[in-house]
Amino acid sequence: MAPVSWHSVDLTLDECIKCNICTSHCPVSAVTDLFPGPKYVGPQAQRFREGGQSRSPDHSVDYCSGCRVCNEVCPTGVRIAELNARARAQIVAEKGLPLRNRLLGRNELLGKLGSFAPALANFALHNAFSRFMAEKVMGIAREAPLPTWSTSGTFRDWLKRTRDRRLKSDKKVVYFHGCATMYYEPFIGKAAVVVLEHNGYEVIVPEQNCCGLPLLSNGEFNAARTYHHNNVSRLAGYARTGLPIVGTSTSCTLTLKEEAPELLDYHDEPATTLKLGTYDIFEWLRELYEAGELRTDFQPLPLKLPYHAPCQQRAHRIGKPALELMALIPELDLAESHARCCGIAGTYGYKVEKYQIAMDVGAELFEFVKAQGQDVRYTACDSETCRWQLEHGTALPSRHPIEILAAAYGLYDLERRDVVAGKR
Amino acid sequence: MKRMSTDVLVIGGGSTGVGVAWDAALRGLRVILVEKRDLTHGTTGRYHGLLHSGGRYAVKDPQSAIECIEENRILRRTHAHCIEDTGGFFVVTPEDEGDYPDRFKAACAKVGIPCEEIPLREAFRREPLLNPRISRVFEVPDGSADSFLATHVTAQAARQAGAQILIYHEVIDLLTEGGDGDRRVVGARVCDVVRGEEVRIDAAITVNAGGAWAGKIAAMAGVPVNVIPGKGVMVAVNHRLVNTVINRCKMPADGDILVPVHTVAIIGTTDERVSDPEMLTIEPWEVDLMLQEGDKLVPGLSRSRILRAWAGVRPLYQEGYTGESRDATRALALLDHRRRDGVAGFLTITGGKWTTFRLMAEKTVDKVCEQLGVERPCLTATTPVPGAEQGHYWLGHRLHEVEEARLQGDLICECELVTRAMIEQAVANNPTVTLDDLRRDVRLGMGPCQGGFCTFRAAGILHELRLHAQETQAQTDVNGGPPWNVAYLQSPRHSVQTKPAAFNPKVSPLDNPNLLLRDFLQERWRGLTPVLWGRQLKQERLDELIYLTIMNVDHLPEDGEASPLTEFWRFDAAGAKEDGQ
Repeated sequence: MAPVSWHSVDLTLDECIKCNICTSHCPVSAVTDLFPGPKYVGPQAQRFREGGQSRSPDHSVDYCSGCRVCNEVCPTGVRIAELNARARAQIVAEKGLPLRNRLLGRNELLGKLGSFAPALANFALHNAFSRFMAEKVMGIAREAPLPTWSTSGTFRDWLKRTRDRRLKSDKKVVYFHGCATMYYEPFIGKAAVVVLEHNGYEVIVPEQNCCGLPLLSNGEFNAARTYHHNNVSRLAGYARTGLPIVGTSTSCTLTLKEEAPELLDYHDEPATTLKLGTYDIFEWLRELYEAGELRTDFQPLPLKLPYHAPCQQRAHRIGKPALELMALIPELDLAESHARCCGIAGTYGYKVEKYQIAMDVGAELFEFVKAQGQDVRYTACDSETCRWQLEHGTALPSRHPIEILAAAYGLYDLERRDVVAGKR
Repeated sequence: MKRMSTDVLVIGGGSTGVGVAWDAALRGLRVILVEKRDLTHGTTGRYHGLLHSGGRYAVKDPQSAIECIEENRILRRTHAHCIEDTGGFFVVTPEDEGDYPDRFKAACAKVGIPCEEIPLREAFRREPLLNPRISRVFEVPDGSADSFLATHVTAQAARQAGAQILIYHEVIDLLTEGGDGDRRVVGARVCDVVRGEEVRIDAAITVNAGGAWAGKIAAMAGVPVNVIPGKGVMVAVNHRLVNTVINRCKMPADGDILVPVHTVAIIGTTDERVSDPEMLTIEPWEVDLMLQEGDKLVPGLSRSRILRAWAGVRPLYQEGYTGESRDATRALALLDHRRRDGVAGFLTITGGKWTTFRLMAEKTVDKVCEQLGVERPCLTATTPVPGAEQGHYWLGHRLHEVEEARLQGDLICECELVTRAMIEQAVANNPTVTLDDLRRDVRLGMGPCQGGFCTFRAAGILHELRLHAQETQAQTDVNGGPPWNVAYLQSPRHSVQTKPAAFNPKVSPLDNPNLLLRDFLQERWRGLTPVLWGRQLKQERLDELIYLTIMNVDHLPEDGEASPLTEFWRFDAAGAKEDGQ
């Protein structure tokens, strides 16, 4: 862990003019006194931390959910969420990490393990007794919306199975699926592939690692460095030849673009090439649209759809391209959420001491969805853990905007969450 | 006129004067100390905070170096909690060529300063921002010191030993008896600035520890003492760029020390001979020079956020010296005016440095005892002051206590983590006449916003204390708890675990908190004007909006009235007017 330095993140503490705008917008400090607010734990506390100090002076920074609303509203550009992540990493380096946080940081490993026998794994995890034990023994909240493993095979299994049917083309795009798509929600990947192919692009899916974000947000910087290093060596080559790397998980793409290089101080040529070549899938599709190259043969989708742009998407600072493109779909009645955060913030809301905080933070969003009326069938959101939290908080199924787009192209069944038979 | 009498009258509430009071009281003498403003109002409160190892003087001034290393060892025991054990580096930059580094190493060995050349890799690991072109690094036992706290606790130790410490008591005249050749100082007439009363203090011996003002005091007895006032400009950087004291390994010059003190790093200093220790201005070239030299230690320092610039005056003394103040000796000077000028009962102690204040006091009180004809050994080197049991402080100590005691909601000065209870206790237990006194007590307003968010809150608290004095008294009578202790002045936890503060107008008058608000803002502003660019300018624009636009403070009805802090900024305004004409 690098000590206090001219590090791009650490240095931004000097930008703070103490205005409190971050504190007044922070969704976490608004619902709990356990979190004193982003200014306090961020640029303020940072002046009391010493690189390589033998003891960390503070602990309430652990209640930062990492949602990055503070960064979004800061008028002077303090990287508050990153300062907090680095402070937490220092605490972890000093005090170690509970087993729970180690596990939650390793969703790739969990995904892999569960996928050997997904039905069994789902049963083993999702029964009242295990959840009770998981809470008592490990501190994973029993009500928290944990995902289920895919019982129809992983995303890569599907790719293999449908290898012959996949489009070959001169126009190519690289797809970063992330762990959730791989092990829990392969249908998100399928929707992405059919949308890209529908627009004439061959989809390359290279071997890839977890982006490392769960490790970064739990303070395990060294392990995250290994993951990021692997991704850089596998993906930078594509970026160097000019191929875009697109992802459906806004937090994975944000990690490749910004979080990993910044937090880990990882700025060599390949990492920077990858960083510059990575896109949120809707960010890239919008570029296609603006160049007049996106197919707009959308079928009407008569739905009332509340859409929440997750914090990690807003942190890309690219506007809301998913909203813009979904707006092209006939008869789709979009309602844009201005809620600050759903509360889950990756693995934050899974932790027993933070579960209720996450639900209280999410209340703003759940209320918004409720206010849209009885005839809402789905909500939409780009980030997997946020969708699970939305479903948990509203009891309505939630969809990724790429699923909505695929459905509008007539390629995807929103209810069954699968590509339509005969459509590749 | 109120009349008091004592064995020893000490003039000056800086580190030296307070040290003399402590030493004399421990030896069983009756002591009164008078200070015209707050403790550490002068040079002690405006220095860069370096606890010298002596390395800086090893080559040039070995006597000073020996004094420094001996006192360094003593203060680490007696004043442990006023010191941060940062360690120090002497670094050889590409500009510091020649044989100085080897002479330095040899000189340190000769005077007994532990000095070890460490591998560059180790140095850069510990201080990654150091200039990568540094070629050699020597480690010495430098430290950084909280001179505000140290002086407060030394005063407390003196009080516990029976001394009376009277702050805001200004000497009007020295009382002398006898004619030419047989004159003697027999005390002083002083003015209680707050109550506007005169007090006559009769003393067997009067010790002039007036620092940069010592010449003025001596003149009152008709004794010429030519203190060489060496102005030093210092510039504070918003956060600690280094955690070790960094010195250039060369002959002492301007801008060659970088000291991490509490939350800031201070680059210092210049050394300019000035005529008046009160009217200090900071010239643009002085700030430029500090930043330029700072870049040689930590490249990029000049582009980081600069918080503030200020100046202090070294009370240097060298008999018959007329040269540059930079080359005047740093050794202490004890003037026995009986021998030197034929004026008995009067001593002046000056020169020296913060690091040697205890030694200066020891030598002074030795002389006092000799003149009083008593034989009592000095005890200060082996007597820890109150609070020393806490051990050295560390950068995170305040944050740690605020977190452990869950005081996050009680912060008044958020930058420096000053809680409401800390302010209330300081006001209740320490004479507080201006908000600047609170700054010296608890670091109020010393952080990035420079009083932007805490000045109005603190003024509000003062209003409240004044209006609800009786209620707080009643509350204190009900709620027990151990008494508050000045030795824990810096501790957020202590302030809530002890007996609640009861405001006493006899301790702190606080007649007009609005006036104090105005004066504190002006005082903060004074240190900002020399560095008003970039990020600090942004900050000041926000502060300006808060105070001038929202609160309209420049139209407070108190305009025209004065507090003891007013003189500190008003001469600037007067000077500006003259320039304008």
